[in-house]
Amino acid sequence: MSATKHHVMIKGVKDGLVFLLNDACEWEALLQELQHKLEKTHQQILTGPIVHVHVKLGSREVTEEQKEEIRAIIRQKGNLLIQSITSELKSQQGDSGQSSSITTLKGMIRSGQTLHHEGDLLYLGDVNPGGTIICTGNIYVMGSLRGMAHAGVDGNEGAIIAASHMRPTQLRIAGIISRPPDEWGIEEAFMEFAYIKEGKMEIDKLHHLHRLGPEALLG
Amino acid sequence: MGDAIVVTSGKGGVGKTTTSANLGTALALLGKKVCMVDTDIGLRNLDVVMGLENRIIYDLVDVVEGRCRLTQALIKDKRFEELYLLPAAQTKDKNAVSPEDIKQIILELKKDFDYVIIDCPAGIEQGFKNAVAGADKAVVVTTPENAAVRDADRIIGLLENEKIASPKLVINRIRPTMVKKGEMLDIDEICNVLAIDLLGIVPDDEYVIKAANQGEPTVMNPSSRAAIAYRNIARRILGDTVPLMPLEDKTGWVRRMKKFIGIG
Repeated sequence: MSATKHHVMIKGVKDGLVFLLNDACEWEALLQELQHKLEKTHQQILTGPIVHVHVKLGSREVTEEQKEEIRAIIRQKGNLLIQSITSELKSQQGDSGQSSSITTLKGMIRSGQTLHHEGDLLYLGDVNPGGTIICTGNIYVMGSLRGMAHAGVDGNEGAIIAASHMRPTQLRIAGIISRPPDEWGIEEAFMEFAYIKEGKMEIDKLHHLHRLGPEALLG
Repeated sequence: MGDAIVVTSGKGGVGKTTTSANLGTALALLGKKVCMVDTDIGLRNLDVVMGLENRIIYDLVDVVEGRCRLTQALIKDKRFEELYLLPAAQTKDKNAVSPEDIKQIILELKKDFDYVIIDCPAGIEQGFKNAVAGADKAVVVTTPENAAVRDADRIIGLLENEKIASPKLVINRIRPTMVKKGEMLDIDEICNVLAIDLLGIVPDDEYVIKAANQGEPTVMNPSSRAAIAYRNIARRILGDTVPLMPLEDKTGWVRRMKKFIGIG
């Protein structure tokens, strides 16, 4: 093994290690180098406590058998625990339409605080009265939505706002503003979502979300 | 090194000064060495509530501007050996001091006192920034009203920005009968929205107004329910586990009286 080869890069991240595998080289060469690195040059990572490993294959297309080959090599080292083997190919296919990636954030939006976000957002926590959540995509609040939420802020009327506890001061989707409970006649709702239907905001039970069709969730 | 606790609320008139005075006095009653600092420059009240107004010679701004030493400005309470007050100036405004100045003074006081209670002015401007500058901990006072809870929520957000972790909540002026009838926000609802630890609840008690007008802290009178509530809060600050006072007590007492009369 010469030092000029670096098909395999090992990076430390917050919750473990990421193995970045070159997607342009030959498969056999890749496996050889992986084996070599694990056995010869990177022994220090093999003696410690259990380390979580994410394998990233770049845009290489691999079969299940090939994934198993990688697993077998890494599994030889008892302390390396494979969390995922991913290739970016799939997500690229998803990107060809609109982004279906969702960001997860946690916390609490208090009065006077505003959260801006590009794309879809899963928010774990409460939005209090006077607090604002503004998003270009869909907003899912796992917690109480007591403040204001504005989904599809760039004009996407297909965006939705869902919350486990829905008691907002105001909801906005694209340019449409709704003032529950004045408009809906209900004080609060659980596991519901708001969407735009024929230019008006409607609210419905979350288990009816699929009726909007699959494109609704692609932001 | 003592602890500096800021008493704040955002909204005015919810009982910051009353809480500061009673908390300070209750801690002194429990044998702690306490200094209360009034940071409400231009609208000082803590000295009036404590009945120490006529003893003021120097104030906070005099200390900051170097007209006197810190110890000269401290007023010893007439009732306790170990209770002091650093009054605010009445003639200046909030911009007379900077957060850095207050921080320095609080740091100085923490060396000599077990607890430094900082009475914060209403609002979120300069006065608030001054008051929280030197604080290690915070007590957020609110009343069972939507407006007060909204402001408390805003204040908690600002305290988090100031790196004052996990402020504690005091819900002031609860009227048990109104809560029972559902006309007043109940404690669980407030705690759910604000999502911080509850330090204590204080029932609405006319004696608090009377005591404040007489310059006598409420906690001095053990027959007042508010006094017991403040004493419990002080004990919780010291780390004791004290159960929340049952709200029903008052109606219970009335019912007992009625029953007594009915029997009698």
